[in-house]
Amino acid sequence: MDITANQTLDASGLSCPMPIIKTKKAVDGMKVGEVLKMISTDPGSVSDVKAWAGKTGHELLGHEETEGKYVFYIKKAK
Amino acid sequence: MAEDTTKRLAIIAAHGTLDTAYPPFILATAAAAMDMEVAVFFTFYGLQILKKGRIDKLKVPPIANPAMPVPMPNIIGMLPGMTAAATAMMNSWMKKAKVAKLSELLETAKELGVRLIACQMTMDVMGIKKEDLVEGLEIGGAATFLEFASHNAITLTF
Repeated sequence: MDITANQTLDASGLSCPMPIIKTKKAVDGMKVGEVLKMISTDPGSVSDVKAWAGKTGHELLGHEETEGKYVFYIKKAK
Repeated sequence: MAEDTTKRLAIIAAHGTLDTAYPPFILATAAAAMDMEVAVFFTFYGLQILKKGRIDKLKVPPIANPAMPVPMPNIIGMLPGMTAAATAMMNSWMKKAKVAKLSELLETAKELGVRLIACQMTMDVMGIKKEDLVEGLEIGGAATFLEFASHNAITLTF
């Protein structure tokens, strides 16, 4: 996916709810408009990151799956 | 954020076994990560979770639990050591699935501003003093919880 991230968070190996908790903490420390690349191995995070973005208002620019890794690009909206 | 959705989650944790302690903490921390305001009211056996040094030592009861992945007849579950065996089994599954420890979820909850309310009445009934409990709690009663929950909260009981 051709998106440039300002910061990368590797949440590999973590189970629910830690991927979204780490994501929240990372996004809290970023500036509006910046993009976080989050990597997870938890299949549940495909649904959870979408739900998290929908609730918090941050923008999920896209996600991709490769070799058991789920990669999300999240833009801080506020 | 959609304006028609609630921003509050109010949870009652009334049981003190390993399996019943996880859902309140997972949902509380996830909700806080979703920018929701969260309160958990620890009452009756749920208050045991918050006793100092207790949270990572909670147990799974093998008796009257037909949903255990490895079924255990009650008469076997009654034998000495079976609670410890069931607990060790559960802990090993949790570790394998890399689920966070309850102590980690408790610290995360505090860090994310989850209100952890210890039930005063339970403290009186069970002879639990404030200094017996972990730091960072509020102490209150039903009204404290209900006032929080009355502001359009989702309410869950475990």
